[in-house]
Amino acid sequence: MTTAHDALHAPAHDHAHEEHHVSFVQRWFYATNHKDIGTLYLWFAFSMFITGGIMALCIRAELFQPGLQFWQPDFFNQLTTLHGVIMVFGAIMPAFTGLANWMLPLMIGAPDMAFARMNNWSFWLLPPAAALLLISFFVPGGAAAGGWTLYPPLSIQAGMGMDLAIFAIHLLGLSSIMGSINIVTTVLNMRAPGMTMLKMPLFGWTMLITAYLLIAVAPVLAGAVTMLLTDRHFDTHFFKAIGGGDPVLFQHIFWFFGHPEVYIMALPAFGIVSQIIPTFARKPLFGYVSMVYATCSIAILSFMVWGHHMFAVGMPASTQLFFMFLTMLIAVPTGVKVFNWIATMWQGSMTFETPMLFSIGFVCLFTIGGFSGLILAIAPVDTQMQDTYYVVAHFHYVLVAGALFTLFAATYYWLPKWTGNMYHEGRGQFHFWWSMVWFNVTFFPMHFLGLAGMPRRIPDYALQFTDFNAIASIGAFCFGLGQIFFLFNVIHTIRGGVGKAPAKPWEGANTLEWEVPSPAPHHTWETPPSLEMVEKGLKAQGLLGDHHE
Amino acid sequence: MRRLALALMLPAVTQATSMNFQPAQTAIAHDITNLHTLLMWVILVIFVLVFGVMFYSILKHRKSLGHAAKPFHENTTVEILWTIIPALILVAMAWPAARVVIAQKDTRDSEITIKATGYQWFWGYKYLDHGVDFKSRLTTDRKQIDEYQGKGSAKGEHYLLEVDEPLVVPVGKKVRILTTSNDVIHSWAMPAFGVKQDAIPGFIRDTWFKAENTGTFRGQCSELCGKDHGFMPIVVKVVTDKEFQEWVGKKQAEAKAAADDPNKKWTKDELIARGRSVYEGNCVACHKADGKGTGPYPSLAGSKIATGPIADHLGIVLAGKNAMPAWNALSDTEIAAVVTYERNSFGNTTGDALLPADVKAARK
Repeated sequence: MTTAHDALHAPAHDHAHEEHHVSFVQRWFYATNHKDIGTLYLWFAFSMFITGGIMALCIRAELFQPGLQFWQPDFFNQLTTLHGVIMVFGAIMPAFTGLANWMLPLMIGAPDMAFARMNNWSFWLLPPAAALLLISFFVPGGAAAGGWTLYPPLSIQAGMGMDLAIFAIHLLGLSSIMGSINIVTTVLNMRAPGMTMLKMPLFGWTMLITAYLLIAVAPVLAGAVTMLLTDRHFDTHFFKAIGGGDPVLFQHIFWFFGHPEVYIMALPAFGIVSQIIPTFARKPLFGYVSMVYATCSIAILSFMVWGHHMFAVGMPASTQLFFMFLTMLIAVPTGVKVFNWIATMWQGSMTFETPMLFSIGFVCLFTIGGFSGLILAIAPVDTQMQDTYYVVAHFHYVLVAGALFTLFAATYYWLPKWTGNMYHEGRGQFHFWWSMVWFNVTFFPMHFLGLAGMPRRIPDYALQFTDFNAIASIGAFCFGLGQIFFLFNVIHTIRGGVGKAPAKPWEGANTLEWEVPSPAPHHTWETPPSLEMVEKGLKAQGLLGDHHE
Repeated sequence: MRRLALALMLPAVTQATSMNFQPAQTAIAHDITNLHTLLMWVILVIFVLVFGVMFYSILKHRKSLGHAAKPFHENTTVEILWTIIPALILVAMAWPAARVVIAQKDTRDSEITIKATGYQWFWGYKYLDHGVDFKSRLTTDRKQIDEYQGKGSAKGEHYLLEVDEPLVVPVGKKVRILTTSNDVIHSWAMPAFGVKQDAIPGFIRDTWFKAENTGTFRGQCSELCGKDHGFMPIVVKVVTDKEFQEWVGKKQAEAKAAADDPNKKWTKDELIARGRSVYEGNCVACHKADGKGTGPYPSLAGSKIATGPIADHLGIVLAGKNAMPAWNALSDTEIAAVVTYERNSFGNTTGDALLPADVKAARK
């Protein structure tokens, strides 16, 4: 313990030497270092991404042609449910928390996250939650089969797999809240001298607002699933019509959580893209302040539009109009963001390394997802789309091309900082183009399936849906294959890649994380960055001095 | 390999694939289609403008072309403009949409009212003005659906979209559909009519349509409702008023003839015979024809329920358990028959019988 203790206080040049004495178990199981915890989060998220992805491929295999070839319908429902739950709670959310852990202290000049030990706890709640979800496939009755939305009364009928899923959601929610508290405290209190709130990198802003959203809504979900649990076992009747309960109440509570949740998965992506595009356009981000305001407005509006998930439950016209208008309104701040990114590219000096490709891919596809979102916002049109594949297409455009593509962008962007090695550019670009093509082959046809009326979550379909389903399935398998290539890329980089990375591998990068060596040493910013260093970066980001040039 | 090759050929031989809404058959569906087309044009224009600017920039403002970055990063005028203009476009979209919402919700002055009840996994229809009442179930043969290990037979034209008794409505009349459910949330969806309304237990919701043409129209349950969610189609046959009146008359006469006489004294053998058809109509999908069950669905052969006290057996049929829905929508006679059948089949030999009167008593 002495050596470990000393390592925390020894001067920087001794670290590499001292770390040799920290055992593997100490380093990774008792981790309190934000970089180690970030790494744990990212690997966990990737393993869940592969797990959820395999389930998606099982679903697409069954849907390749009409008829039931592989799975009983009940197991098919378990696959769709767990695919959703695992991707949302196991892959995307932990990946963003992991990135925040790794990068936020570096970017704002803090030595670590505010609560290092709570950080350890918030990570170690995740593996048991994942285990509960995976074990649930093997209990009597199988895993939860009510869809990721867990609507009762269907979820009240289900077997014990549903209880395991509920407990897993409790753990995941706890983990998210602790992670969020850590992010909020770190961002508010530990910024470098000279870095005021409106001079903080946009990734810091989006993570801050995301953390607030999570603190607000994770307890709401926990409450909803706890009520579900007591309905199932203690004869309460919150959602059971047979005892005077209201099944629609669950939907209101669920979507009061669920709609902000959509932005919990999107806002960090906005932040990442807002770091990457200026870097490779070699220009400051256009409209920094309006980006911050747009992010805040999106977050506030996200609490007021949950009803648009429920246009088919039969609400009065006035309520439908209320939700319809507010939902449409979200297009305004989202549009502002897209325009700002494009204005950042405009008159730039652009290069197209892999992170930039994924970011531009994000802007293109997220815009398409935004358009289909606008169409779904129009309540009468939603009547035709609700619970069809159009919705599936829409949310995969915003979540795969939105959240996942930016996670890839972030990985390639910061991989040199994490590993100290450069990734193979050609392979990175291949990964991008491969993902881009097959993503569209997979999900674009789903718009047509939805328009033609194919309901979602069905294991078998009528014959007129055959062609597009076959195309989507082929696309899905190829897309999945490409992600193995991504893993190969990352491992190759960790093992040396194509050579050592300099502290600042990207010409246009101006934030603080590029001021520390690559790989980032175990301990950074033990002495906060100097005011000159901070101001130099802010100037380059257009955040200091003359705002009008 | 052969299967893969076959599968790749399959799309070519199936019917033409639609890339847009099913043809509209009601004023609301026309409105929705027009609204969607309008939105698509607006989106297309925005798409071309935004992507045009972006790709121009991507093509021309490259470092490799020697383009130097101009470090501007603010312009209050354009930022205000690109906030206000989209907001105005949204107002222009919201106006016609609001009109359709209000029309869609106006279920007043309907000429026929039909209650559609969702069951796991079929639809029940009750014509409130005519006293006609029937269940509507998928008729696609299980052999066409199950293709495990390459088994399976050729699929019919209306695979998964065909039912034994479609909803029959007259053309040009305002039909109000009340939806509710017996067990979980289902959704009554008919794309050609622009109708989708959840059927929620404990609640009655309504929607309406006025079909413009005669013909047969097909939809599917659109809310995940368990194992056979994909197998509960909705088929509506729109007929002329005269045909509708004839059909109603015929259904009323049939109902009269088929009604079980409540005072009939059933023998055990009669109950078993009747129970077999009830079983085949309702239970066979989960518990299988031989009563052996599959996966999470327990075997009835030799089970504690089907050979234990008859009251418990009846209780489970009435109230449901875990994945099994409550079957209280069946008539007293049907329940009595199916319980008796289950206790005296699949190798079960309890020898006892349940009478409709017992079911009636147990319901209270």
